[in-house]
Amino acid sequence: MKYADEFRDRDLAKSIALGIRQEAHPGRTYNLMEFCGGHTHAIFRYGVKDLMPENVRFVHGPGCPVCVLPVRRLDDAVEIAERHGVILCTYGDMMRVPGTKQRSLIRAKADGADIRMVYSTMDALKIARDNPGRQVVFFAIGFETTTPPTAVAIKQARKEGLSNFSVFCNHVLTPSAIGHILASPEVRDLGTVRIDGFLGPSHVSSVIGSEPYEFFAEEFGKPVVIAGFEPLDVMQSTLMLIRQINEGRHHVENEYTRVVTREGNLKAQDLVSKVFELRQSFEWRGLGKVPYSALKIRKDFAEFDAEKRFEVSEKVSREVKSCECPAILRGVKKPTDCKLFGTVCTPDNPMGSCMVSSEGACAAYWTYGRYRDKARSPRREVAA
Amino acid sequence: MCLAIPAKVTELLDDAMAIVALEGIKKKISTALVEDLSVGDYVLVHVGYALHKVSPEEASRTLSLMAEAGVLQEELEEIAETSK
Repeated sequence: MKYADEFRDRDLAKSIALGIRQEAHPGRTYNLMEFCGGHTHAIFRYGVKDLMPENVRFVHGPGCPVCVLPVRRLDDAVEIAERHGVILCTYGDMMRVPGTKQRSLIRAKADGADIRMVYSTMDALKIARDNPGRQVVFFAIGFETTTPPTAVAIKQARKEGLSNFSVFCNHVLTPSAIGHILASPEVRDLGTVRIDGFLGPSHVSSVIGSEPYEFFAEEFGKPVVIAGFEPLDVMQSTLMLIRQINEGRHHVENEYTRVVTREGNLKAQDLVSKVFELRQSFEWRGLGKVPYSALKIRKDFAEFDAEKRFEVSEKVSREVKSCECPAILRGVKKPTDCKLFGTVCTPDNPMGSCMVSSEGACAAYWTYGRYRDKARSPRREVAA
Repeated sequence: MCLAIPAKVTELLDDAMAIVALEGIKKKISTALVEDLSVGDYVLVHVGYALHKVSPEEASRTLSLMAEAGVLQEELEEIAETSK
């Protein structure tokens, strides 16, 4: 396929940037949280940040499933692999995330555990079919986009009678996390940042639709704009948020109508609800325990639930001391506020999860933004 | 893992599977999450599953963006590596 040339229209970017400057009131600050790691990436990679006036600020939220998984669950996965001698399958992003005492899946693999990186749940099923004498566990993480493929795999395993396949489920839900950021009591400990509006996730919304954010916008009185992840999408959505804030409105608007509908992918939602149910509470790295924010496997599919099949010992899990991931994930601190950033913590040797995944705020800062803050003064003019 | 790559459906198979063309790579994916798919449609592929249909224009825009951001090659390499 030939790439389109006009996808990054310089004039259009310039005109949106101008619109933002004209419409953002100089007397107020606009703190906009982007939830999706894809947006964080676009903001840095394309210099969207540099096109904004001083009073329009992006706050990087917890939009990376690898980054929000608490150390405890990772330690549990390592233990399942090591103590129970299973074949543990997981997506590549998880391999290097440090657990307690810097122990990651890749280190456990080097020490002899059978841990395999897969691209898809279908690959995990194939491994189970090819190894009938071994237990195969899929270490499932991800938001609403990655959950339906796990549901399909569990249904497929039942259809085929694959009794050696199970799932260690860590799927989490975005709307509850956004709500928690605004409402949780922990903000007293970590401090909080004022958030005036949200750039809603794009592909997550393509599955769950924009409707789940309506209650949320109403309840918390914050505008949400579902945004595509191209730089122009992010800029246009920013302008839409500024307009809502100026007009005192708090609705869900959809900038990404070419992919996202109000109701989302009903087939995928139906599959997910057949296989999974809500957990009463789940721990998020940086957010603590968030009620009804994650999924577990329904009793009807209990034979495919690794948490029921394998016991893990009660042990103490520890984050790296001084790692500021929890505050960074809440938007309270920037990566450069962390004393580990760029010194002992780099993408080659990550101390915290935000540095591991390319969707993480620290990794994005490291790749595109670490010199930018220094270079920002004096300010550049709009989109030259 | 978070990314979704647009790809063109080149062949529909049994059991809700399909072959898609991804920048010259042929990949077998699941279509269990998408209704009414035909050969020639573009779909967003995420962790080996078609998530939804997209227009050819949207597919082209997304691919060029991913290529420019340098993430397309990484994703394709991961697919190739884990498909062995």
